[in-house]
Amino acid sequence: MKNYSKEFLKDLYSTMYKTRRFEEEVFEFYKKGEMPGLAHLYLGEESIAAGVCAGLEENDYIGSTHRGHGHLVARGADTKKMMAEILGKSDGYSKGKGGSMHIMALDKGILGANGIVGAEIPIATGAAYKSKVKNTKQVTVSFFGDAASNQGIFHESINMAAAWDLPIVYIVENNLYGISVDIRKVTKEVKLSERAKAYGIEGITIDGNDVLKVYETAKKAIDKARDGGGPTIIECLTYRHQGHHVGDPGIYKDEEEQNEWKNKKDPLKKYKAYLLSENLLKEKEIDKIKEEVDEEIYEAAKFAHESPYPDSKEALTDVYA
Amino acid sequence: MTKNIREITYAKAISEVLDQEMEIDDNIVILGEDVGFLGGNFKTTEGLFEKYGDLRVKDTPISEAGFVGMGVGAAITGLRPVVELMFCDFIAVAMDQIVNQAAKIRYMSGGQVKVPLTIRTPMGGGRSSAAQHSQSLQAWLVHIPGLKVVMPSTATEAQGLLKTAIRDDNPVIFLEHKMEYNNIYKVEENVEPIPFGKANIVKEGNDLTIVATSNLVNKSKEVAEELESKGYSIEVIDLRTIVPMDTETIVESVKKTGKLLVCDEGHLRGGIHNEVAQAIMKDVFYYLDYPVEKIGTDNVPLPFSPALEFDVIPSKEKISEKSKEMIGG
Repeated sequence: MKNYSKEFLKDLYSTMYKTRRFEEEVFEFYKKGEMPGLAHLYLGEESIAAGVCAGLEENDYIGSTHRGHGHLVARGADTKKMMAEILGKSDGYSKGKGGSMHIMALDKGILGANGIVGAEIPIATGAAYKSKVKNTKQVTVSFFGDAASNQGIFHESINMAAAWDLPIVYIVENNLYGISVDIRKVTKEVKLSERAKAYGIEGITIDGNDVLKVYETAKKAIDKARDGGGPTIIECLTYRHQGHHVGDPGIYKDEEEQNEWKNKKDPLKKYKAYLLSENLLKEKEIDKIKEEVDEEIYEAAKFAHESPYPDSKEALTDVYA
Repeated sequence: MTKNIREITYAKAISEVLDQEMEIDDNIVILGEDVGFLGGNFKTTEGLFEKYGDLRVKDTPISEAGFVGMGVGAAITGLRPVVELMFCDFIAVAMDQIVNQAAKIRYMSGGQVKVPLTIRTPMGGGRSSAAQHSQSLQAWLVHIPGLKVVMPSTATEAQGLLKTAIRDDNPVIFLEHKMEYNNIYKVEENVEPIPFGKANIVKEGNDLTIVATSNLVNKSKEVAEELESKGYSIEVIDLRTIVPMDTETIVESVKKTGKLLVCDEGHLRGGIHNEVAQAIMKDVFYYLDYPVEKIGTDNVPLPFSPALEFDVIPSKEKISEKSKEMIGG
């Protein structure tokens, strides 16, 4: 294990905890009937976005998914504007036109969450192509789930990125289920990083709920991409604590399996236990981080609630530039 | 100052504009199948690979959805990609990236991004290319808010409209008629960009208005000229861009002639003929002397045999017959 600065370790915990609290709050919106439509929660997968984004530079890009809140939080998006967007308010990132599934923050290099599974992969690859054409040394990270890896566009995109050594890292968040369908029912080779071989690139499978492992693996791949070494596929094994979206009770998941992932394998619990056992952070320091994050989430929710709904005229703008 | 006029093919007109634009803006890149070394299946990118290199003129694998999607990603991060789909039928393969991504990403982001993406693609029948290489799918695209749809008629029109398309900050679908590529036109040097949403009256007349797209403009013009000697006076309007559509020019013309024939190579069902007719109806209803008529492709897949294909696609003869019927009626 490398020697990390205390600030770095704290930041990682803060990002993971912020994501968790953010999602819990969104779940509350739903339960109270305050949120139009639905949201796909990142609960249980927080370590992946936190670990990967910790390895990125300010000008780098990320492509996100329908389960994208965690990627955005980890990339430093404004939680106030995110929550306002999720409630369909005028102060949201997209002025209420996108909602949970389409939050974009271009100023943070976030190319957008996406409602079509896998469709973000070529878009992220296109951003990487831009960086190569303009020699900007920017790296793009493309996040997607196990189910997206069975879309044809996964193959098309990674094949091109590999052929042209584009500066991109593909992060497969393998949470085992595509809505209700267990990946093992629809895929023969479930070690998804194996597919990298077909493209002549490196593929790695890691414990996605070990945030430091995620960081170290991603950082190496990001550095390699920046240095012209081309793409890498990193499969992060993980689990979503909730159903596919809020309101899906997840009856297709085994109870024992769920308990294991929610307790022993929970990324926050694991990381906290590690920090305490190695004496890297004290309980009091962790509590302080939590207090700060709780305050931020409270303020974000307040901001979102108080933000007005967009004027109806707004529906007709932003169609064309 | 008189401008130098050259005789060039429609295909050369396209490659010339791509070259001119790439020279002044190094954010322009070309992606597509065989656009590089081969210079394009229809020679519309000839010479560009040699001049700009394989990073800016990218031969892609057969992955239409993938490279259109890459075009979207490159466009929102600062490039101005010109993507070529070898046949417009292949739009079907890339439809998610065009319809759900390119067209909507600006709106979904609340205006945070621009999508300066041009998708060039050949359309139309006449080459015995059968059902999967001969379609004219503009009606699909016209239906989707966020896209612009352009259908140039001549080489000069292609040059002026392509310049505007590339400089536009929105996704533009640029449909070139494949039967035009080898036709030779007299074209001025340095054609000015032609603004979108401004139809072009290519021939004035009083008895009938023909609104046409793509190379049916040229066919309609020939019909109008031929019928002139027989005392028919036909006004021919080149719609140029379907989105945005210049209804004003059509309305003014139909108020004068009282009769409208819409010629577009798309299928007759759900086609843009209907869109044009409906778009102007409120303004011309009391001026009409005859029901609006349309010439398009029959509602069948495009057949292979020339004996069948020419029966179902629009032709000069069909336009001429319908025009005489309408003016006589």
